[in-house]
Amino acid sequence: MVKPRHHDMGGSKAGAIEIVEHNYEMWEKRVDAIIKALSSENPPLLSTDELRRGIEELGPGIYDDLNYYERWITSATNILLEKGCFTVKELGETMSVIQKRWLKNGRKLK
Amino acid sequence: MNKAKYVKGDKIKISSLFPPGHVRTPFFIRGKNGIIDYFWGTYPNPEELAYGREGVPGHPLYKVKFKQFDLWENYEGSPQDSLSIDIYENWLEPIK
Repeated sequence: MVKPRHHDMGGSKAGAIEIVEHNYEMWEKRVDAIIKALSSENPPLLSTDELRRGIEELGPGIYDDLNYYERWITSATNILLEKGCFTVKELGETMSVIQKRWLKNGRKLK
Repeated sequence: MNKAKYVKGDKIKISSLFPPGHVRTPFFIRGKNGIIDYFWGTYPNPEELAYGREGVPGHPLYKVKFKQFDLWENYEGSPQDSLSIDIYENWLEPIK
């Protein structure tokens, strides 16, 4: 039997939508700015359609675990890797540097 | 650029296809009948743009109107209730 992909939720059973005001955290604003910068290149380094495709490909588990901007940055990272904008090694090393700086400043990891 | 094949009032069926990939045609309307309500213009194909390609030639995009009654089993609302969704021409099939 064919089933809709996880993101294709139209018509699924759901409760009421919870509408709440939400203050954006600094990292969420940064993600927004990064995506805008990438998509404003001509041709764009990352198009809306690529970003959405990357989010759809996250699949049921991760899709539900991540929040909105976490999905954005995860998708953008995967697509830039596909395009060879940076290597897996470079990404790992940069993440490690930032993580150390983060912990040194007394912050905790999620 | 592809020339628009349909005009307002044409009866169409949404293709009953279920590929992976970046698809802008929601699952719940596939295989359903609708009517062309408006022609929006021709746009690069998002199914191609999603993979970093240029999406040319562009595809005509229409507002397609469905009867809610045709979409949902045991629909309890008015038979007049409708739903409009923007669909690219490559997902439309003519109904004679």
